[in-house]
Order: sequence, then C-alpha cells, then structure tokens
Amino acid sequence: MKYEQPVFIIEPGRRTDLHYWRDIWRFRELFFILSWRDILVRYKQTLLGVAWGLIRPLTTIIIFTVVFQRLAGLPSDKNIPYPLMILAALLPWQLFANSFSEAGMSLVSNANLLSKVYFPRIIIPVSSIIVNFVDFIISAFILAFLMAWYGYTPDFHLIALPIFIILTCAAALGTGLWFAALNIRYRDVRYIVPFLIQVGLYVSPVGFSSSLIPDKWRVLYSLNPMASVIDGFRWAILGGGVSVNWLQFSISTLIIFGTCVSGFLFFRHVEKSIVDVM
Amino acid sequence: MQSVISVENISKQYVIGRRKDESFLTLRDEICSFFGKAKSLFNRTSLQHYGSSEEFWALKDISFQAWQGDRIGIIGKNGAGKSTLLKILSRITEPTSGRISLRGRVASLLEVGTGFHPELTGRENIFLNGAILGMSRAEIKTKFDEIVAFAEVERFLDTPVKRYSSGMYVRLAFSVAAHLEPEILIVDEVLAVGDLQFQKKCLGKMQQVGNEGRTVLFVSHNMGTIRALCNKGLYLIEGNIHKTGSIEEVISAYTLHHASNKGIVTFGQQNTDFVARILSIGVISAGYTNYADTLPFQAPFTVEVIIESNNELEAVVGIGISNSIGEIITTLHSVEIGEEPTIEKLKNLKFKKGINKFYLNINSNILRPGTYIIGCTIFSRSLWQAFDDKPNCITFEVTNHNENRYFDERQSGMVFLSDSQWENR
Repeated sequence: MKYEQPVFIIEPGRRTDLHYWRDIWRFRELFFILSWRDILVRYKQTLLGVAWGLIRPLTTIIIFTVVFQRLAGLPSDKNIPYPLMILAALLPWQLFANSFSEAGMSLVSNANLLSKVYFPRIIIPVSSIIVNFVDFIISAFILAFLMAWYGYTPDFHLIALPIFIILTCAAALGTGLWFAALNIRYRDVRYIVPFLIQVGLYVSPVGFSSSLIPDKWRVLYSLNPMASVIDGFRWAILGGGVSVNWLQFSISTLIIFGTCVSGFLFFRHVEKSIVDVM
Repeated sequence: MQSVISVENISKQYVIGRRKDESFLTLRDEICSFFGKAKSLFNRTSLQHYGSSEEFWALKDISFQAWQGDRIGIIGKNGAGKSTLLKILSRITEPTSGRISLRGRVASLLEVGTGFHPELTGRENIFLNGAILGMSRAEIKTKFDEIVAFAEVERFLDTPVKRYSSGMYVRLAFSVAAHLEPEILIVDEVLAVGDLQFQKKCLGKMQQVGNEGRTVLFVSHNMGTIRALCNKGLYLIEGNIHKTGSIEEVISAYTLHHASNKGIVTFGQQNTDFVARILSIGVISAGYTNYADTLPFQAPFTVEVIIESNNELEAVVGIGISNSIGEIITTLHSVEIGEEPTIEKLKNLKFKKGINKFYLNINSNILRPGTYIIGCTIFSRSLWQAFDDKPNCITFEVTNHNENRYFDERQSGMVFLSDSQWENR
C-alpha cells in the first residue's frame, strides 16, 4: 500500500533546465486544452465565425491590389497575378502579426490564471500561436481557391513551404516571448505592439515584390526577418518565377534563431517574478 | 515516518514600487529614468531619487512540517502572509530564501473556477478547469459523471456558463476541484460559496478528503469551518509563525491575541462621520471601581460601555460574550433584558448628544472558570443597522478561588447552571 512518493524541492533560483522541460512535457495536456479553449472561443464568440477568417484576408487583397498595382502601378514578378502575389505574402504576414501580438499580450490577458495556478508559463504564449495557425489554414484555402481560379499550379518548390511556415512561427515566438515578458514589466509595451505591426506591414514586402528593392540595400533589408520569410513563401507557392536572395535568407534565419533563443532566455528570466510584478 | 511537507526557513520579500506614488512601471519611465541618471551624472545631483524602493517581508523564516493525513488550518489577519505561503507552496511564486520539500502530487485551489470561460459550456469548462487544476483528460473522463452529479447541473451541461446562475457556476467549479485526488491539497478560502446546503456538502467532501489520508492546508477566516475541517493549526502574524499546535489551541490563541486583557479597551477616534460610536468597553467586578481582568467564579460584575453620540438618539446596545475559541455563548441586548420587554415597547437606550456611559450589571455570573471575550455593538432602534461594531475586543478570566472545588477543565468556556440539583426519585 505505502509506496515512496517522488520528492519535489522548492528553492529560490532553482533553474534546472531539465526540470523545466520535464514540466512542459507534464503539462502538455494543459497546453492542448488552452489552445483548444482559445480556438473554440474565437469561433464561438464572433458572430461571423469562420467567415471572419475569410473576410479579413480578402479585403486586404482587394485594397492592396487596388492601391499597389492599379494606383501605384507596381509590377508583379514574371506576370504572376497580383492578387496571388499579395495573398502568398499575406498568409505568413498575418500568421506572424497575429501570433506576435497575441503572444505579446497573452500573459497580461491570462493574469488571473497565472496568479492562481502553477504551470510552465511558456505554455501561454506558445498556445496563442497555435490558435492563429488555425486562421492560417483557413486563409490557405482561399489561396488554393484563388490559384485554381487563375489556373495557376504550384511546382515542386511547394515542398519547401513547411520550412517557411516554421520560420514564421519561430519569428512570432521569438518576438512574442520578448514582448510577453516586457509587457509584464512595462505596461506601455502594449501600445507599441500594434504600432510595430502596422509599420511592419508596409516595411515588409506584402503589398509589393521585394525585387523592387535595390541590391545594395538587400543586406539591410534582411534585418527584417519577415521580408525573407515572405519571399520564401512566394518562392515556394508561386514557383521559380520568384527570385530568392539566399544571402538575405541566411541572415534572416540567423536573426530569427537569435530572437527565439534570446526571447526564451529572457522569458525564463522574467518568468520567476511574473506573479510578483503583475 | 517521513513528513509530507517540510518547510525550512522560508522567507519572501516583495519590493513595492520604485517611488511611493507609482503603482506600475512603464517603459517610458524606465527610459526617462535612464536619461535622468545620465543627466544627474553630469549635474552631480543626488541619485537617490531614482531606484529608492520599499522592501516588505511577506514571510520571514517560516519553518514547519506536515505529516500524512494532517489537515492544517492557517490562521491570521489579512496581510499576515497566509496567501503568500500558499502561493509559494503551490509554486506560483518563488521564495526569496529557504527550502521546501514536498512528497507527492500537489493540487492547489486558490480560487473557485480558475480559468472558467463564460462562453464555453459546462461540459467544456469541466475539461478546461480539470486540466488547469492538474487532472489528466482520462482522469476527468472517468470522474465526469460524478462531477456533474455533485454539482447538480445535469440539465445545463451544454449551456454556456455565462447563462448559469451564480449558484450553479460555483457548484460546478467547486465540484471539479472536489474531485482532485492529490496527495497534498492546498485550499484558500473557497468554501464560503454557494448556499448553505451546498456549503455543507462541500465541507463533508473536504472532511472526506482529509480522512482518506491526504494532507490538506487550508486558509480561512471562518473559525467554524477551520475547526470543523482541520486537526492542526498554524497562526501567522506579520509573516512569522506565532503559534502551531492543535487547532483548538491555535484558534484560541488567535481570538485571544486580538483582545485586550487589561479589563478595559479604548478605541481611537478617526473620523467625524458617525451616528454613534463606542469609545471604550470595560469590565468591573461588583463592589469595585477599578477595571478587572479576572473575576472570581460566580461573582457578579458590570460591563461599562462609553458611547459618543452625534445627536439625541434612541438605540440598542448589545454585549456579546464568547468563549476563548470565539464561539458566542450569550448576547445581552438592551431590548431583551430588564423588566418585561415587549415587542410594542422595546427598551431602547436613550443617547444624549456627546458622551454617554452605560452599565450592564450581570448579577448571576454563570460562566465556568476559563477565558471569555466581550464584544459590543450599537444597533439602530429596530436592529436594522449597526452603527458601530466591536466584536471580541476584551478578555477576562473567570477563576476558581475555592481550591477544594472540582471543575472539569475541559468544560471551560461553557456556562454553569449552578442552581440545579441531582435527585433520585
């Protein structure tokens, strides 16, 4: 009947990483359930439900096509239909922007939960990325439909798409972790995030092709990691007609990786005092 | 036998604000403060304006142990560190120093219905809340019917909980929590929910948890609940352990600690916005003029209440006498005592504007030897409203001076109906 229970030790500054990863594994069900909750709530709460996932990208495509192609007269790559070019970029951009802003706000909006129950706090920002992934899948159906409409078939480059999806999520996770942690400490960070996203939309090649950027600015341009990821998406979906600057791509990947690692470390550093500061 | 919970020298420090007027910090302030510092380096002005912070020890050097099956009630005033202790034990926050070892799975219930989402249905919330409290999906599935039956919400399982009545909501939330099966259960003041009948049901469930050999740590301000649930107590004052021991001893220390034992207690006068208020309460042994903290067994005594009234007023003054664990033994309201009180002609006391002195003569003292606590309340004429309430604020001892007389110590705190005889018919 009596058996030895495992002993758990609580001590200040106990930061054994092995322990942390084991905890994350132990709380994996909570992670799924929190993601499931957010997905359920998102599609229950909005009157339009799934339709909302369709309306947002469609409106943006129409506006961007009118503004960038018709009014500004910007060229498309190798005669790819302009709406396709925009949607192929909008897909990763929206995945990134929504995940980043929601992950950044996630700790604050779950403050009550955090102050009442223990679990590895990293579950919260990560699960908000999962939720936006569902939106991403819905938008992907629009893209498939639009491609069929234009009679445009993707080629073998499509195999590389998962790499770019992972990079998008990683970029969102890295920045999201940074801002989630900053948000706990500084309450005005929440006003910075929408501003950054708004600027990012125009700085990244969403409404136009990055082939418009002169070569001498390319390295500077790659400091915005989303620029390369968006190029990669166009390359994978719309085929070889789109050119990819591989130097730019490697720099961006390194930056994304660096953001992720530093974001994780910073998050871990702040995590211990989250409840006390909040 | 090994202890299930072993807490060694736990301390927790909070740093409150950088400057007093600042409730939270913004990035803007941080940047300004950075430039401020840089500037002050050149100006050679004082740096102390920045970074001055107040330290506050919520817990200081707490050590205790709990064994399997212990049900420990944690008692203390607000801010004594009870919640901080529970938060550290449930790993929500880290201690500043010290060490805790826990043997077994810990579940903490610091709030009823943590994570409940109003848009989700009862069924969905059971899974959500269960997972948040640390149950696995399989575990929730096997207990699902039990949880629903306990909460009595079968008919509304597929209704979003935002449409639930507050009673249903609380019942469902508690029911999920009640079906946790950890080795160590940590509970913060959550039983004071729902209607009386459901509270009893919860209390029964909690007692059952204790009897199953689990270790329970329980915080509440309700001494009745604590006494019913716990077998041991831990009394915290300002982050220090003041007393540990059996729950009766600890509750008694708590109730006595807050009362004066000098035979008189006076109250400060803070605001001017009052109808009538109690200035002091004193106990006087009959035949004496001084205040007394001890009274001989069966000796009559007088309770003096000094009241300041803002106007001429008719009101009711009530005295309550409690035993050392805070249970009220008797109340003596001005409307109930005296000569033939009737409903039509209640005996209100007449207050004049200014200072009023009232004396309640207790002629037959039937309190057994022991410690008692007096509190006083001023009610409006029809008892609708309390103008002032000072519960459990002064203690006195009833002592037995006759050495030959036998008293069962365990009966202290009870009344003694002395004018009685046993008879064999």
